[in-house]
Amino acid sequence: MKSNILFGRIALGVYFIIFFGYLIGPLVVMGFTAFNSAAFPSITPWQCFTYEWFGELLKDERILNGIKNSFIVGIGTVILSVSIGLAASLVLTQVWAKWRSTFYTIIIAPILIPGVVLGISTLVFWRQVSDMFGGVALLNNGIFLTIIGQSTFIASYCMLVFVARLQRFDTGLTEAALDLGATHTQAFRKVLLPFMRPAIASAAVLAFLASFENYNTTTFTFGSYPTLTIELSQMVRYGINPSISALAVIIVVITVFGALALEVYGRRKKVKAGEIKKSKSLPGWMFGNIATILLVALSFAVIAMVFTSQSYSPQQCKADYREARDIETRLKIEALQAARAAANAANGDTTEEAGTDAPAEQGGASGAFGGVFAPTNLEDAAGQSDGEDSGAAAPASPFGGVFAPTNLEGSAGQSSGEATPSAPATAFGGVFDPTNLEESSGTSGN
Amino acid sequence: MSSGVDVNLENIWIKFGDFVAVREANVNINGGDFFSFLGPSGCGKTTILRAVSGFLDPSEGRVLIGGNDMAGLGPNKRPTALIFQNLALFPLMKVWENITFSMEVKGATAGERRKRADELLDMIALSGQGDKFPSELSGGQKQRVAIARALCAEPDVLLLDEPLSALDLKLRQHMRSELREIQKRVGITFIYITHDQGEALTMSDSVAVMRAGIIDQIGDGHAVYDQPATPFVASFVGENNVFRGKVTAVNGDEATIASNRSGELVSKITPAAVGKLNVGDDAMMFVRPEMLQMGEGDAKSTISAKVINEEFEGNTYSIYLEGEGGKQIKMAMPNLGNDPHKAKGDMMSFNYNANNAVVMPAGDLASE
Repeated sequence: MKSNILFGRIALGVYFIIFFGYLIGPLVVMGFTAFNSAAFPSITPWQCFTYEWFGELLKDERILNGIKNSFIVGIGTVILSVSIGLAASLVLTQVWAKWRSTFYTIIIAPILIPGVVLGISTLVFWRQVSDMFGGVALLNNGIFLTIIGQSTFIASYCMLVFVARLQRFDTGLTEAALDLGATHTQAFRKVLLPFMRPAIASAAVLAFLASFENYNTTTFTFGSYPTLTIELSQMVRYGINPSISALAVIIVVITVFGALALEVYGRRKKVKAGEIKKSKSLPGWMFGNIATILLVALSFAVIAMVFTSQSYSPQQCKADYREARDIETRLKIEALQAARAAANAANGDTTEEAGTDAPAEQGGASGAFGGVFAPTNLEDAAGQSDGEDSGAAAPASPFGGVFAPTNLEGSAGQSSGEATPSAPATAFGGVFDPTNLEESSGTSGN
Repeated sequence: MSSGVDVNLENIWIKFGDFVAVREANVNINGGDFFSFLGPSGCGKTTILRAVSGFLDPSEGRVLIGGNDMAGLGPNKRPTALIFQNLALFPLMKVWENITFSMEVKGATAGERRKRADELLDMIALSGQGDKFPSELSGGQKQRVAIARALCAEPDVLLLDEPLSALDLKLRQHMRSELREIQKRVGITFIYITHDQGEALTMSDSVAVMRAGIIDQIGDGHAVYDQPATPFVASFVGENNVFRGKVTAVNGDEATIASNRSGELVSKITPAAVGKLNVGDDAMMFVRPEMLQMGEGDAKSTISAKVINEEFEGNTYSIYLEGEGGKQIKMAMPNLGNDPHKAKGDMMSFNYNANNAVVMPAGDLASE
C-alpha cells in the first residue's frame, strides 16, 4: 500500500514537472535568449549577458509603430466590444426571454467561425459598403476595419462574461429603483451598471488581450496600419534577432505583474472583510500573501535590471568572446593547413582536384572571399562568422564587395552564396580563380 | 407625510395567456387603512399588488388611487412605494444612500439627502448606522431600512409584499407591532400581502381573503374569523372542525344539518349565506376548537368522542378527539392551572354553543 502511494506521488510529481515544463518552459527559454548577445535568439552557445536587445527593441521603428497600432486597435475594440456585449447580454437576459436560445446562438456564432473567415468577410463587406457610398476613406481604413473585424467575435466573449454576471442580478433591484421614482435610465445607471462594474472591467481586459494577440483576423484587415502581431510575423519571415525576445520578456513581466497585483488586491479585500486571516509570520502590509512577496520580488528584480543596465556593459565580455573565437578559428585554419600540406606532400600533383572539391563541400570557400576571415576583420563582424547567416546578414565590406548589386548582374544564379567552381570568375573579382586555392583551400568559416 | 388616499380596484381581471391570475376583483380600500390581502401562495395576491404598483397592467378593469385612474402610468409615476419580499436593498449603496434613493433620482443634493436620511434613521431607531452597507445589518434592521426607504419617497400608498416572511418568529411578532405603529404615525394607506393569517388579523383594519384568483371575503378580522363567507375562508383563517351533512331544517338564521357521522347538529347560518341555504342542500358546519367544551349540552349541539391525544402548548391544551366513525376533531382549552387530561380512550361528551358555530353551503376547503 505504502509503496503504491509513494509511486503515485512520484508519478504525480513527474506529471506536474512535465506539465509545467510544457506550459512555461518555452517562456523561460525565450526569456533567457533576450539576455544573450548572440545575434539569433538562442541560449546555446551562451555568449555574453547583455541588455542590448532591449535598446535594439526601442530603436526598432516598425515594432514601436506596431505596438502603437495595437494599442489604438485594442482600445477601440474594448469600447466597441464591451458596449455591444453589454447590450446583447441585457437583451438576452432581460428583454427577449422568448427568443433567448435563438438569439444566443446567433451572438455566439462568431466565436465558432474561424478568424480567417471573419477577416475576409469584414474586408469584403466594408469594401462593398464603402463602394456603395462612393469610396468613403474611413471604411477602408485599416484601424477601422481591424476594430470592426475583431469586435465581431470579441463582443461575443464580452457578452458571455456579462451574461454570467447578470444571471446573479436580482431584477427586483431594478423594480425597486423604478418604484422609488427612478426613470429606466436612472435605474440602469445607478443600480445595474454599478453591479456590472467588475464584469465590465474583466470583459475590457479580456477584450484588450484578445485584440492585442489577434493575428488571423487582423491579417486581412490591417491595411496600412500593421499591429504588433503582424509586424512580428513579418519580421520572422525576414529573420529575427533577440529584440523579439526582449519584447516578450517585457510583456510577460507586465502580465505577471498585473496578475500578482490583482491577487494581492483581492487578498487585501478579503482580509479586510475578515474572510481570511493574515499570516502571523509576515509583516502586516503584506496581508499574509505569497503573491505579495512575489510581487515585491518581481518589482525589485525589474528595478535592479533597469539600474544595472545603466552601468553594465558587456563590451569586455564580447571582446573576450571574440578573441576566443579568433583563436579557435586560427587554430582550425592552422590545423587544416597542416593537414593539407601533409596531403599535398603525399599526392604531389592533385592540387587541381582538391581545389574544385573543397569549395563545393564547405559551402563557399571563405578564404577565397578576398581574405574576409583575416583576424582583423573579425573584430568588426564576429557575430556573423557562424556561417549560417553570413551570406545574408553580414556587412558587405569584408567580402570585398562581392555582394554589391552590380556584381549580380553578371551571375544572378550564384547569389545564393553556394559557390560552384564553374561560375564565371569575373563577377566575384576572381576569387574563384583556381590559383587562389593553393594558398588556403580548406579554411571555411566553421 | 401625506395623508392616506383611497385605493379602488374596479372589476380587475389579470390574465397571463390562458391563465387567469385574478378574477373580477372589486376592492375599496379607505384612505389611511391597513388593508391585507390574505391567501395561500399562488392565489394571485402578489399579482394584485403589482397591478397597484404599476409593474403590470390589469387585462380588464381600473386601478384608482386617490380617485385617479392609474392606467398607463409606470411604477415610477405612481404615488405608491413597494416593500419587496426580499427587500431589494441596493447592495452597493450605503444605508443612507439606500434610504434616500428616491430623492437622489429627483436630483436632491447630498446634504439634503443626508439630513433626511438621519431623520428617517432616527424614526426606525437606527441612528448612526447610515454609513453601513446593507450586508452589515441584521434581518430586522434591513427590514426597517426598507421601510424607511419606501417612506422617504413620501408615497400615498405603501405596498408590502410579505416583508416579514424571511424573519424568525420573535422578530416577526415584534415587527408586526412596529409596522402597525409606523402606519398609525404616518397615516398613509398600507396594503399588505401575506399568507400568514396571524399577521393579517393582528395588523389589519380590513382583510381580503383570496383563493385561486378570487376574493372570497372582505371584512375586518372578526368578520373573517367568526363569520367566514365560504368554507375556504372558514378553513384557511384559523383552525376549524368541519362537519359535512345535509340541511334538515332552516329556521331564520339558524339551520340544522344531519351530519354524516355526528348526528344532527344546529348552528347559525353565516351572514353571507343567509337565505341561500335550503333543506336538502349539502352543507358544511364549522366549530372552532376553542368553542368546544366538555360536558353534555343541548342534544343538537353535543358530540360524543374519545380522547386520542393531548398536546400541551403553554397557554392552551390541544386535545385531539375521535368521534363516531373515526371523525377527527380538535379541541383547545386554555391552561387554567388544572390539567384537563382524561384517561385516553374514554368516550365523552362535548358541546358547543350554536351561536358560535356557522353553517354554509358546501364548498372547497383550504388544503393544508
